Amino acid sequence: MDERPNKTLKISAAPHLASGASVERIMRNVVLALLPTTGFAVYAFGLAALLSLFTATLTCVLAEHLLCKLAGRPSTVKDWSVVITGLLYGLTLPPGLPLWMVCLGGLIAVAMGKALYGGLGYNLFNPALVGRAFLQAAFPTAMTTWTPAFSADRFTSLPGSMLAPPFGTPHYDQISGATPLAAMKFEQTLSDTVDLFLGLTSGSLGETCSLLILLGGLYLIARRMMNWRIPAGIFTAVILLSGLLHLSDAQAYPSPLFMLFSGGLMLGAMFMATDMVASPITPLGCYLYGVLIGALVVVIRLWGGMPEGVMYAILLANAVSPLIDRLIQPVAYGTRRSKDS
Amino acid sequence: MEHHTATSPTADDSAGDTDVFITGLWRQNPVFVQVLGMCPTLAVTNSALNGLAMGLATTFVLLMSNTLVSLLRKAIPRQVRIASYILIIATFVTAVDYIIQALSLELHKALGAFVSLIVVNCIILGRAEAFASRNSVRRSLLDALGMGLGFVFALLCLGSVREILGSGTLVGIAVLPDGFEKWVVMLLPAGGFFTLGLWLMVFKRIKREPPRATETQP
Repeated sequence: MDERPNKTLKISAAPHLASGASVERIMRNVVLALLPTTGFAVYAFGLAALLSLFTATLTCVLAEHLLCKLAGRPSTVKDWSVVITGLLYGLTLPPGLPLWMVCLGGLIAVAMGKALYGGLGYNLFNPALVGRAFLQAAFPTAMTTWTPAFSADRFTSLPGSMLAPPFGTPHYDQISGATPLAAMKFEQTLSDTVDLFLGLTSGSLGETCSLLILLGGLYLIARRMMNWRIPAGIFTAVILLSGLLHLSDAQAYPSPLFMLFSGGLMLGAMFMATDMVASPITPLGCYLYGVLIGALVVVIRLWGGMPEGVMYAILLANAVSPLIDRLIQPVAYGTRRSKDS
Repeated sequence: MEHHTATSPTADDSAGDTDVFITGLWRQNPVFVQVLGMCPTLAVTNSALNGLAMGLATTFVLLMSNTLVSLLRKAIPRQVRIASYILIIATFVTAVDYIIQALSLELHKALGAFVSLIVVNCIILGRAEAFASRNSVRRSLLDALGMGLGFVFALLCLGSVREILGSGTLVGIAVLPDGFEKWVVMLLPAGGFFTLGLWLMVFKRIKREPPRATETQP
């Protein structure tokens, strides 16, 4: 009955030096790295962000616990991984999303993104993004209605849409603000790069402040708990591709800096694409995976029907990451790759 | 299609008539157990009515083709049997296509190309090859009825869930209150896959054999 992985067996490329890292320790550090971003989300969006993030995390943790019990396995809530899933999932949501949708998406994220595959270590896709993708497909209107950031009464009142009755249609009491990417796509206006970098724009809860996300990511990279090759690949691809396009026609295509700091790219590159389970294992594979995500983001943003494409880019790259690993099988020392393979 | 027909289950010759019927309806349900006919199952179940119509159309073709194949089972040469079955099936699919057009043009538009595609439905060819070609007409009819109704049942299961969540209605009648936020995804292809997966899970659970007493829990 017990099908959990053998904890003494580690699969990795040489050299096989143990760092003493455990799932729990890494996950606790990821939560730590996400704290500045979470704090900024609450500062920018007020009570709405606090309640959304709390609901998202709580739903995911409860779902994980109950599903583990249902499957007859010991609960894996204590390894903190589901806290990350919940927090990341919450950070990708638009502010003012009805709380029942937050709950539903969190349940889908853990049940269909993680538990159905067999739990942590088996999931094909980043669970947080599975939950968000479901919501995006199910409730496209609610998922693209953006309550503006820094409204004056954000610490004293909640947007009315959040408290929609379960399964009921939300009613928006404010005029929604367009995200920088939507403004670029539909109104041909570019936001100020400094504003984007500091997070003074509207958008999903945790995607606005590139600076704090970068700091969190750099902390994890410094502690060697994140594969820096993946964000490096993504940024390189985005800068090169959008840079070339910008040089060819500066009117039609925005600058690489705008592409880099707008939308969910920073959060996606640093915290979503680097999901240890759903990304490739080999170093070269990680570069390729990153480049694929970066290229897809640029393609979807500039030529697709939607203003933002980070979520779909990462999910698509998640799907092919086992294939990338198979493509880049390292050659064992002393052997030669046969010519016909 | 060939590998489906090769592994398709055949009811035991000694099995009773009720057994033949129940096998199709439940034990070897074409969708939930054999996982056949996925194209119509996923494509036209965005409402319960579409699912029902598709299921009934398929059942009609299945009944007719099983009868005719069983009648002609000694006359059809082995070498050209598949082509002959397809010809028989295509005849009845053409008939059903015209019948649906005559009954309701709206329904015909909703089902689109999928009525014509009944020709290549694995369930029908599978039953012709695995059952009707080696059983009496009476038993072939019962088998077709069981499999057909099993298919109708499965399409209704998918169609009702998708219609209720996606449009807030069931067979066109509003069943959920006005303020209900529709789950657009359920009407999209992705919703078909989600719903099928969840129903398969439910049936796996229902049909699961009880664990043997000797097995020890860890």
